[in-house]
Amino acid sequence: MATLLQVDNLKTHFFTRNTVVKAVDGVTFDIDEGEALALVGESGCGKSVTALSIMGLIPSPPGRIIDGRVTFMGQDLLQVDEPTMRSIRGNRIGMVFQEPMTSLNPVLTIGRQIAEVVEEHLKVGKAGGMDRAAELLDLVGISDARKRLKDYPHQFSGGMRQRVMIAMALSCNPRLLIADEPTTALDVTIQAQVLELIRKVQRELGVSVIIITHNLGVVARYVDRINVMYAGRIVERGALKEIFKDPRHPYTEGLLASVPRLDRPKGSRLIPIDGMPPDLSALPEGCAFRERCTYAVERCERDIPEVLPISDGAGHQVACWVADQNADASGQPMGAATDD
Amino acid sequence: MTEPTTDQAHPLVQISNVTKYFPVTSGLILQRKVGEVRAVDDVSFTINRGETLGLVGESGSGKSTLGRCIVQLHKQTAGGIQFDGVELNTLGDKEMRVMRRRINMIFQDPYSSLSPRMTAGGIIGEPITIHHLAENDAARRERVAELLHIVGLNPYMADRYPHEFSGGQRQRIGIARAIAAAPDFIVADEPVSALDVSIQAQVINLMQDLQERFNLTYLLIAHDLSVVRHISDRVAVMYLGKLMELAPCDDLYETPLHPYTKALLSAVPVPDPEVEEQREHIVLQGDIPSPLSPPSGCVFHTRCPMAVDECRVTVPEFKEVAPNHMVACLRVGPDAI
Repeated sequence: MATLLQVDNLKTHFFTRNTVVKAVDGVTFDIDEGEALALVGESGCGKSVTALSIMGLIPSPPGRIIDGRVTFMGQDLLQVDEPTMRSIRGNRIGMVFQEPMTSLNPVLTIGRQIAEVVEEHLKVGKAGGMDRAAELLDLVGISDARKRLKDYPHQFSGGMRQRVMIAMALSCNPRLLIADEPTTALDVTIQAQVLELIRKVQRELGVSVIIITHNLGVVARYVDRINVMYAGRIVERGALKEIFKDPRHPYTEGLLASVPRLDRPKGSRLIPIDGMPPDLSALPEGCAFRERCTYAVERCERDIPEVLPISDGAGHQVACWVADQNADASGQPMGAATDD
Repeated sequence: MTEPTTDQAHPLVQISNVTKYFPVTSGLILQRKVGEVRAVDDVSFTINRGETLGLVGESGSGKSTLGRCIVQLHKQTAGGIQFDGVELNTLGDKEMRVMRRRINMIFQDPYSSLSPRMTAGGIIGEPITIHHLAENDAARRERVAELLHIVGLNPYMADRYPHEFSGGQRQRIGIARAIAAAPDFIVADEPVSALDVSIQAQVINLMQDLQERFNLTYLLIAHDLSVVRHISDRVAVMYLGKLMELAPCDDLYETPLHPYTKALLSAVPVPDPEVEEQREHIVLQGDIPSPLSPPSGCVFHTRCPMAVDECRVTVPEFKEVAPNHMVACLRVGPDAI
């Protein structure tokens, strides 16, 4: 399948008076046409900043993209001028944010807010905009769509507001939908509804989807490939099943071991990851995870591990010097860890 | 020890027909009452000594309101709450203050539940001062240091302010404060939901350790069903102010009887793609109705895949349908329709 978006060595730093916060520090990944991809990580790992960088929405100052390329449909989004970016944003790339309560304008009707996007990008008149808005509300499963166009955001529940956000993001038939923690603020039954909707959009409209989340469970049902982020970098990536079955990075392994699971017998204790994520303005030398890592060796203190393929996994890549010791019994040793 | 750790004959907390309505008023001056929010509606259950009772439900189900009624942060509209045989409603302010030593609470948001102008030591030491548990200042400081150590923080951190701590550390401070006066019973309202995944496990383990060490009884209010299953002995499911199901943890998760519990469990994603492919998913339609005008009959009938006409009119009784397994559903049990 053709690559839709290619992010290369993206570095977004935030400059405050005394410090530089390296929120995203060399992130590389790609997404194919029609694919669903996940960026997984905890708060502060840089997953949202990555999304905002792609959309050209980094507040500057204090933020600045200091390096990298974001190639979308053959164009480097970091090089285009603001009018071009504006036509891509909302038109070719749609975005859904975490907080459906705060991302809608409370004094405009739902219909007006959706129609605004449509009128701007598709150059249709007011009536056309409203027609499209009704069509979109219907698509995202809001019943009685025509009538509800006249309602204000406070008349919608959290789950329905998130549906409206998705409708808005889809209004101009985008190629890519970026959903940043789309269900974190929602209840579990509503979360299921919204995720099913996102999957329907991906399957039926052929839109590529990037889901940004901290919830490994959400990821397991709804994406094809996973990128795990930690402290501004990607530490592991691969096909969905591969990552869950054979995690190679100690952080991924720790994340999977630390959550209680409904399908497993009740264990007596969880295995937490000790310590806490590092301060992004004062990252340690070497691997950022080493202070919390049970496998750390001397080399981890000196060199930042590169994201390298492991020998036995198709497309499975890990940034860890000891990824091989961490492999299961069938794992073949790879060269990268030993040719120091 | 031959004695069981939970004593079912003499429960620590007995909740009988508790109801909490919040009035909805209109107008600036007269404040006419125009309606009421039925946050908790005729709920009864018991909490046994030494157990963890998990209370789950979606937002708006009334689980936090119920928790706050139990610690008497809200006065219930009707019904009784007995703690260790004493009816809390009948206690005066002074007696209640004495009782509060034994009942404590851990809050959800470690950012807003700690006073930004007090040091960690001050926050943790406050209950010790209030309940006169230390003879002098030195003894109090020593106790604070001990508590910090118990929750896995360094005693020298006592002089720091909350903003100097991370979310997980703040929650540890909140826990240290909750156990400072050596309580018997702790209501933990979403204690880990504001924390990162890798930190959640640390706090859950800490809560379990403390329970074992100090023989604590927990009411754990949470929406995360996996976390609740992990540490609860029994689990209660609430929906729109009413109890839907209450059963021993394994029973509830392995053989859920109420259609709401079934839907809730199937909606929780499991972090394993291969398991996910096999699981049956019940996606509930619509949203939780407004507690201002809850549906007639069974409050769940508007979203229930099993609802029949009878469900619209008859309020199901909360009854035992299997040993220790209580359900409120007309379509479950021996005389099901």
